[in-house]
Amino acid sequence: MKLIFERSVPGRKCDILPACDVKTVSLPAGLARREAPTLPEMAEVDISRHYTELCKNVHGVNSGFYPLGSCTMKYNPRIDEEMASLPGFTGIHPLSPADSVRGCRAVLDTAQKYLCEIFGMADCTFQPAAGAHGEFTGVLLIKKYHESRGEAQKRTKIIVPDSAHGTNPATASMCGYTVVNVASAPDGCVDLEALKAVLGEDTAGLMLTNPNTVGIFDENILEITRLVHEAGGLCYYDGANLNAVMGIVRPGDMGFDCIHSNLHKTFATPHGGGGPGAGVVGCKDFLAPFLPKSALMDGKDALQVRSFAGTFLVVVKALTYILTLGKEGIPEAAENAVLNANYLMQKIKGTFKPAFDRICMHEFVLDLSDFKKETGVSALDVAKTLIDYGMHPPTMYFPLIVHEALMLEPTETENKENLDAAAEVFRKLYKLGFEDPEYMHAAPHHAQIARPDEVQASRNPVVRWAKA
Amino acid sequence: MNIPKELKYSNDHEWVKFEGDTAIIGISDFAQDSLGDIVFINLPAEGDQVTAGEVFGDIESVKTVSDMSSPVSGTITAVNEELTDAPEKLNADPYGAWIIKVENVTEQSDLMDADAYEAFCKEA
Amino acid sequence: MGSYVPSAPGERKQMLDAIGLKSFRDLYKDVPKEMILKDGLNLPDGMSEVEARRAMTGMADQNTVFSTILRGAGAYDHVIPSIVSYSPAKEEFLTAYTPYQAEMSQGILQSIFEFQTEMCELTGMDVSNASVYDGATAAAESAAMCRDRKRTVTLISGCAHPDVIQTVRTYCYGTGHELRVVPCKDGRTDLAALKEMLTEDVASFYVQQPNFFGLFEDAEALGEAVHAAGALYVMGCNPIALGIMKTPRDCGADIAVGEAQPLGPPLGYGGPYLGYMTATAKLMRKLPGRIVGQTVDAKGDRAFVLALQAREQHIRREKASSNICSNEALCAFTAGLYLAVMGAKGLAEAATQSMSKAHYLAEELCKIPGVSMRFEGEFFHEFVTVMPRADEVLAALEANGILGGLPIEEGVLWCATEKVSKAQLDKAVSLVKEVLAK
Repeated sequence: MKLIFERSVPGRKCDILPACDVKTVSLPAGLARREAPTLPEMAEVDISRHYTELCKNVHGVNSGFYPLGSCTMKYNPRIDEEMASLPGFTGIHPLSPADSVRGCRAVLDTAQKYLCEIFGMADCTFQPAAGAHGEFTGVLLIKKYHESRGEAQKRTKIIVPDSAHGTNPATASMCGYTVVNVASAPDGCVDLEALKAVLGEDTAGLMLTNPNTVGIFDENILEITRLVHEAGGLCYYDGANLNAVMGIVRPGDMGFDCIHSNLHKTFATPHGGGGPGAGVVGCKDFLAPFLPKSALMDGKDALQVRSFAGTFLVVVKALTYILTLGKEGIPEAAENAVLNANYLMQKIKGTFKPAFDRICMHEFVLDLSDFKKETGVSALDVAKTLIDYGMHPPTMYFPLIVHEALMLEPTETENKENLDAAAEVFRKLYKLGFEDPEYMHAAPHHAQIARPDEVQASRNPVVRWAKA
Repeated sequence: MNIPKELKYSNDHEWVKFEGDTAIIGISDFAQDSLGDIVFINLPAEGDQVTAGEVFGDIESVKTVSDMSSPVSGTITAVNEELTDAPEKLNADPYGAWIIKVENVTEQSDLMDADAYEAFCKEA
Repeated sequence: MGSYVPSAPGERKQMLDAIGLKSFRDLYKDVPKEMILKDGLNLPDGMSEVEARRAMTGMADQNTVFSTILRGAGAYDHVIPSIVSYSPAKEEFLTAYTPYQAEMSQGILQSIFEFQTEMCELTGMDVSNASVYDGATAAAESAAMCRDRKRTVTLISGCAHPDVIQTVRTYCYGTGHELRVVPCKDGRTDLAALKEMLTEDVASFYVQQPNFFGLFEDAEALGEAVHAAGALYVMGCNPIALGIMKTPRDCGADIAVGEAQPLGPPLGYGGPYLGYMTATAKLMRKLPGRIVGQTVDAKGDRAFVLALQAREQHIRREKASSNICSNEALCAFTAGLYLAVMGAKGLAEAATQSMSKAHYLAEELCKIPGVSMRFEGEFFHEFVTVMPRADEVLAALEANGILGGLPIEEGVLWCATEKVSKAQLDKAVSLVKEVLAK
């Protein structure tokens, strides 16, 4: 389809602003723009159709199954959107006087109370704008803690399992820590002996997700956190995988000291094609004094990871969700997320091979390395063929400890016949791999585009449109 | 796999050609093949000091990035700037597309001859 | 209790049977028993949709929605065209994840590519990323882009937004790099002080244009000094002002970043907003976050993909200079749409009207005895006044549905945008006059 710039016709416009009702002031030449920017010139109807056409080339949760592992693509309830568009929330300036924003405070205080209860933590901040941003904040809390005890110089290492999300080591680096990668046991769980070997006086902390990235709950979790604490380190919980356990077991009770949770995953706020997210960070009491503040709102010389109080409207959506589900609904969602994952794994079993043939949590990993050896068809080929069936492919090639991995997370908001249908597609593709591998190498065949040339995109990047 | 006899190789898959006091350094055929389509190379500057075993730049392919470690210590006297605009030359002609030239070489890592390197690649 | 689990109880039982389990609890057999919550969470019972709406609306009703907003300081109340408010709600966009699978995400990728182009046009830069969390994090990320082995110190103007300075300070604290704040003089960056501070270890200098006090900096002179010292020059620009203001490119900037909330996203008590990041072609591979690139597909047709991914954390892991993955794609969609609706002329008009109204407000306020401008010089749509009994004045305005300027150390920081009418401004001025006449 055309770019919006290619639809532009000189002289077309939308009439939005009235004439200026005060004396017009203009900038002196030295400060003024030399040349107008090239922006689209379009009528409203044409803009509307352009964006409607763009929307046709998007697959959202509302379009169909979206089992993208580790991304928790559950249904985003409409009421949450409606509440976040209330003028009583959208029209509030972040620097409004305290007595005029009692409602915003109530939202943040209530969300804080409930999320802390779900996390098993004492306090939290809504400043972080996404999961990685939350990780950064959480590890900074660890850094501040060691500093407050005069151990900043000594504790220089963060331990990260090799099965971790790529953000974990990047985060540790951003916080000035040396990353110690520790090999996982074959099931993706922490290898206690390997952990012991790297723990010491230089340990600042451990970053871990549980259930781990292959979807298995680490039964040694209490021992793991105990060992880290014994060495004087703190434990950070990567809450990307909270959906399996919310309301069942709490990261705080597992021994973690701080946590981030992606409201745009577990708490059903939409991901908007890449953002906005919200990465609330919870912590135990002793870390609370280090939580970030806003220099302008709170006037304190504290940590600050973005402007103002955070992604407030996303918190509104998450709070609406939590209020709706409540005490019973939260664990119900978790249980059904786990049930759906196990059911789907069960239905696929016998064709593609689960990397770990045991009860999983909210997600599971298929290991296609044997399939690839036999057919030449890779995990990528399978993913691309799934697109032709109107299904969003699972997460590919992650975690790194499984070769030819496809990671599926169906979430609790898929019904049984959707899971049956998805399993049927996987069975079909398994057969197709043996019958017509060429077809799968060239897939997708009926999508918006055929496979893109990524080499060209990265070798000679074209990242903006330019006038011909 | 093309492994020219006259070159020396590091276990990071760089090749070195010694010409008098100068070491010419590039990446091996094995390295370019494992990386796949190379899209970008991060080069050091002329005049930079390099130390044997330490990183002096990196190479990006579509889906991965790999550090280049220097097999020698010395001063960089030339950088193949051509590669900035045409990194694909590293794929097409890895032994023609030298990356840096180092002079005043003071030390070098343990390097392999072609036969040893061939065996090394087979193991990997 | 509300629930979004579609399966009926009978179906759940069937599914458990299919796995060979008796109960939900069997799914959690790996979880040590002593850890499982015995009495569940200490949360209220779930609500029906009607009850949830009632609870949330009740909270929204406790807020005061001011009909006139004369406060900015980093969050700006501009006109939001109707199509901008309603279109982003398109469900496919809203409910999609990051466009990892280009073959089913062309709409998102193209919208980001269009946004990138628009931001390049506004700033005069060559490349843009797909957005970052907000303007403050954009400034912090830009500092990380500029550092190398020899140059590790970041300079920032003391006339930048306090939240931006503190955020950059926090990011520098993380990596253990030094941040030095260049002092202000008469409400602008002190050029002489900057020159002194531009030592050989300085990687970059960040200036905000217009600055926190609303004043225009001598951006070109600052840039010349920075480049003379061999450092990189980062400008944080208000995107509405860019409709009429000299581009950062023309001021010599290497990187232009900023808070793009003025381009469509509502105030929303602080977020979600979006940071934009643009740079010269030379710095393209240092830009953090996602970047959409144009390429061709196997059939030779135009296609868009996430380009330059080797820079990102999922490949570089601990060697990545940024860990950002999620961005603000939906807000970027909103901003892109806003710029398409306004066009270059509409944007310039919004900028000119904002500036004109701020000047009118400043003039009228300064006619009141006791009120004067804190700083001299050209300003955009914000300015600082000194006045007696500012607390009383602001309280009187609030009581009349007007959010007045922000009290800061230097005085009161006012803002006017194209959204306020002359009548609204006149009302505010007469209230100020009334209070100060007492």
